[in-house]
Amino acid sequence: MSTTTAQPPVPGPESGTKPDLRAGTLPRHFPLGLLVGCGVVVAGVLAAFSSFGLITWALLTAVAYSVIIVTASNRVEGGRKAKDRMVTAIVYGCFLLAMAPLVSLLYTVAGYGLDRFSPYFLTVSMNGVLPSMDAGGVYHAIVGTLAITGMATLLSVPIGVLTAVYLVEYAQGRIKKVITFFVDVMTGIPSIVAGLFVVALWMMLFGPGHTNGAAGALSLTVLMIPVVVRSSEEMLRLVSRDLREASYALGVPKWRTITKVVLPTSAAGLTTGIMLAIARVIGETAPLVLTAGSSAVSINWNLFDGQMMNLPVFIYSQFRMGGAVNYERAWAAALTLVLIVMLLFILARVIGRLFSPKTR
Amino acid sequence: MTTTDAPKAAPPPRGKRRIGDAVFAGLARGSGLLILAILAGVAAFLVIQAWPSLLANTSNFLTDQSWDANTREDPSFGVAALAFGTVLAASIALLLATPVAIGIALFIVYYAPRKLAATLGYLVDLLAAIPSVVYGLWGMMVLAPQLVPVYEGMTHYLGWIPLFAGPSSTSGRTLLTAGIVLAVMILPIITAMSRDVFHQVPQGHREAALAMGATRWEMIRLAVLPFGKSGIVGGAMLGLGRALGETMAVAMILSPALAISFNLLQSGNQTIAAHIALQYPEATGYGVSALIAAGLVLFAITLAVNMGARYVVARGNKESA
Repeated sequence: MSTTTAQPPVPGPESGTKPDLRAGTLPRHFPLGLLVGCGVVVAGVLAAFSSFGLITWALLTAVAYSVIIVTASNRVEGGRKAKDRMVTAIVYGCFLLAMAPLVSLLYTVAGYGLDRFSPYFLTVSMNGVLPSMDAGGVYHAIVGTLAITGMATLLSVPIGVLTAVYLVEYAQGRIKKVITFFVDVMTGIPSIVAGLFVVALWMMLFGPGHTNGAAGALSLTVLMIPVVVRSSEEMLRLVSRDLREASYALGVPKWRTITKVVLPTSAAGLTTGIMLAIARVIGETAPLVLTAGSSAVSINWNLFDGQMMNLPVFIYSQFRMGGAVNYERAWAAALTLVLIVMLLFILARVIGRLFSPKTR
Repeated sequence: MTTTDAPKAAPPPRGKRRIGDAVFAGLARGSGLLILAILAGVAAFLVIQAWPSLLANTSNFLTDQSWDANTREDPSFGVAALAFGTVLAASIALLLATPVAIGIALFIVYYAPRKLAATLGYLVDLLAAIPSVVYGLWGMMVLAPQLVPVYEGMTHYLGWIPLFAGPSSTSGRTLLTAGIVLAVMILPIITAMSRDVFHQVPQGHREAALAMGATRWEMIRLAVLPFGKSGIVGGAMLGLGRALGETMAVAMILSPALAISFNLLQSGNQTIAAHIALQYPEATGYGVSALIAAGLVLFAITLAVNMGARYVVARGNKESA
């Protein structure tokens, strides 16, 4: 943008012919009425051809509405307003278009998932269950997910938060730029590459073919650290400078100021960021297929011994088996995973809103 | 990035050096340096483990299209077909997602009712929270079958374009389906970046446009879009980076194959990430090492794209400051 203010569009000839400013506007509730009208008419027509489908209906309604409102507006209000109405329709359409996959996805996951989702499914493992048997559950995968994600969190939260503290409170000049840059680079590491990194590391340390939960946790840590750093940095910067200076003025040393003033003030924000980071990595599949193994069937709480099943990999491996029962298990496990992620997501928002610092 | 003004690192309180200060500062500094070490480790270990297979490879790794690495003698593999599929799938996703994401960002910032805007924003963010393996399940079992008749129509009417030449896949498990699912997955990233930059458009610019009688669209075209250009481009490139590295959704949707094909409606293409996930369990001989080499290529591509994105955003921020 240049420094001059935006040039107003030159009024077209059609507005010159209308001296009355209030002349030529569509009634205020016209768009809403038109939309409802279009919906009803399209539904009627579709029903008459007995081919009513929700997606077809929404699509045709949107098209009919856009065409009619643009034509009407062009007649009554002139070309510029018509264009504006068209863009409005498109922008609303974009949002609805994005909601379609979300609704479809949640609807199918709930629909298919509920077939097998039960207390039984959640509390038994696949130990001794043949893939095609009508039995078995997901308990061992939940255990694995909790253990692996928990360890990844334990590793990445201290490193991530301390790095954020370093970037906000201590680092200056070149080193700050370097670390910020490489945190950005780390954000972009594809999850499968994080998995390959741990595979490579484990091959050097323990020889080929070693898979265990700790390897999975390490690969998730690589993915989680940059997310924690980014969000914590933002939160620490929100703590006002006055608070810090007030603390210094009382003679409190810098490290006590950070631990007793800065971190508690931003605690809610930090928690929100960490929970969102957990929600992000808890659904990671690719690195865990490579590192934690994909064939464990029994409950394993030990991160350092043997393969460890987890929810995303469970979904994937059941999907690969491809039988009817396997698909049912995959969907039910998907429902479990989506519920956990949603819970984390909503909880994070609630915490962020309830306990956000009142300093501004 | 969009941070508020940083409180300048406050001058340390003068007086005697305290042990606690030194320890805490050391810890914080150590974590920062640890991150650098981890990143260096990622690059180093990948190179070390990829090296043996690259030395043993009998064909050119960058130009060969086949993958015959699961052997101890004379492995022959190349990443050309995979890299092509990766870039093609991500490009489709980018082309589909960017316009829609800009529309959503405009909707949330300027069109949606104020009270609802934040909630509607969360709904879009939810798309980012859904695990990729669930996207894969959905794309393969719900979306792909529904797209089969659409693809048949496309080959019928648009078959003269090589991209859409028939006969289309009967399962719907094609690169276009993968591209559509990837588009949905990167939608929230591009939307979030665009929203951020739209929020920063100076009120003066917008009000000036409106005061001169501009309609809402003219205000957006004259004041918002020029200002937000760099943010949109940066967001799109971050989305591209994500789409390039996405593994599970693609691995579950595409039927296994390995070829360079411009045809979007037939199966045949494969991406690097999906190939690694599919091949890894069966890898023997030089297999794992060769897959790590493929991972390095993917790492390099995403690195280049992400750095480009940061550069564009940083330059935009400087200009608008």
